[in-house]
Amino acid sequence: MQIYLPIAEVSVNIFTLLGLGGIVGLISGLFGVGGGFLITPLLFFIGIPPSVAVATGANQVVASSVSGVLAQLKRKAVDIPMGLVVLVGGLLGSAGGIWIFNLLTELGQIDLAVQLCYVVFLGSIGLLMLQEGLRALKRQKSGTARRTKRNQHTWVHKLPFKFKFRASGLYISVIPPLLVGVAVGLLAAIMGVGGGFVMVPAMIYLLNMPTKVVIGTSLFQILFVSAFTTLMHAITNQTVDVMLALLLIVGGVIGAQIGARLGARLKAEQLRILLALLVILVAGQLGADLVIHPKNLFSIESGTLQ
Amino acid sequence: MIRALALSLALFSAALPASAQENGRTEPPGEQIVAGLSRDNIGITASFDGSQILIYGAVKREAPEPKGDQLSVIVTLEGPLGPITIRRKSREFGIWVNTSSVGVAAAPSYYAVATTGPLKEILDPKVDVQQRISIPLAMRAFSGPLQVQDTRPFTEAMVRIREQQGLYKLETGGVHLVDDTLFRADFDLPANLTEGSYKTRIFLLRGGMLVDQYQSSIEVQKVGLERWLYTLAHQQATLYGLLSLALAVFAGWAAAAIFRFVR
Repeated sequence: MQIYLPIAEVSVNIFTLLGLGGIVGLISGLFGVGGGFLITPLLFFIGIPPSVAVATGANQVVASSVSGVLAQLKRKAVDIPMGLVVLVGGLLGSAGGIWIFNLLTELGQIDLAVQLCYVVFLGSIGLLMLQEGLRALKRQKSGTARRTKRNQHTWVHKLPFKFKFRASGLYISVIPPLLVGVAVGLLAAIMGVGGGFVMVPAMIYLLNMPTKVVIGTSLFQILFVSAFTTLMHAITNQTVDVMLALLLIVGGVIGAQIGARLGARLKAEQLRILLALLVILVAGQLGADLVIHPKNLFSIESGTLQ
Repeated sequence: MIRALALSLALFSAALPASAQENGRTEPPGEQIVAGLSRDNIGITASFDGSQILIYGAVKREAPEPKGDQLSVIVTLEGPLGPITIRRKSREFGIWVNTSSVGVAAAPSYYAVATTGPLKEILDPKVDVQQRISIPLAMRAFSGPLQVQDTRPFTEAMVRIREQQGLYKLETGGVHLVDDTLFRADFDLPANLTEGSYKTRIFLLRGGMLVDQYQSSIEVQKVGLERWLYTLAHQQATLYGLLSLALAVFAGWAAAAIFRFVR
């Protein structure tokens, strides 16, 4: 069954869109990532114009993160104060990211920059997570207790503006989470994604937050950042396709609910390994596109050169 | 009979002044096109997945059919013009990067040519250039300063890509001509149509030269919900953005609520 999308101006199969939304929603609920890094390339693949894909992808991320946050809130797995601190940093970083984005667009190399960002960041984060996850799994199997680093004192604990983050069980300065927010916001604006795949490992490894609150807290921040992005795209470029978004959302919210429940049953280490493999897969695919001789050297797009 | 011919001649020369001679027309028209379209507008609804257009007509003669060159008919259908950018990748430091580009100021979003025979045989190249009939001539001027020496690979690639997408096509033999009088051409419009006025042109040719031409247009427009959403998105962008967000938040909440209820 075909449907004509009013803003994208293409006709697409309804079930393709529902399925696509479902898969991305499942991943979103399972890992606490917004799914932006998957939905945007997938929409390109089925022939949606890139500008519409990026903007509408952000709108779909809003829905799946609302759904995810609510499911996580019920499990008391959202650290709201921490989420707010990261959000403030995220909005600052995002403003800087938009500035860099415009600079690169003027230079005519934004596509390459985005692709390289994906490969470098997704690839290295994926590999780190995989290594860590495998090590943790091995430790569990051999029966030795996991070393706890959480109460170790480092320079991080000497920073001022300390605050008690109850849900995370942390008493740390607000500066590190703020900086994590800025870095994620910066990347998210350049790459056109929510940034969950950067934030989840940053919260686990840099802030030492427990995995069970990381997912909810990161979704909480992604919700606001992607809502802001959607609104900006709708106002400045008129590229949000509400019909496309609705179909992706219907598939996505169902997927996200299933994902959140599935996630509660899996062990943290298994989750980390699965997310790592997914991230490596996407990075590998994008990396291959850069290196392999393209089938068609030429590409066309509507619109003038600036 | 003679008076009628004289009248039509007078009307014709009034409608088409001095340029008629330069257009490749060698003698006053003895043959004229009378044509019709199966529909003059196409509405894009939510379930739109392509459409068909039948362009038909007849050759009206005031005198017996001239001897000599074979009669040929070419029918073209052209979508709204828009600017496009064609990019080429090349290998830099081991990775493939867009390195050069060519801007085209105006290229049709859709262009189909149906003929009674091979274009090379029935159309004089000079007439082709004047009337911009064949596909490579459908695009207009380049835009901006040219960065490359040779633009031909770029324009050829554009035509190739659009042909693969079903947006540009040449259908040799797509016009059925019966008894050198009645003709018809069927066009299948793809689902990825752009809104706008689609121009249809019919050319009557003998020996490669133009005998008569006819022009008409078909309006392609979004209707109903599609129209409403498109207008809202462009004229009330903030409201539309907030609406999209509200929809997303509601859907997310509803899904969580429903799942809670189900459990």
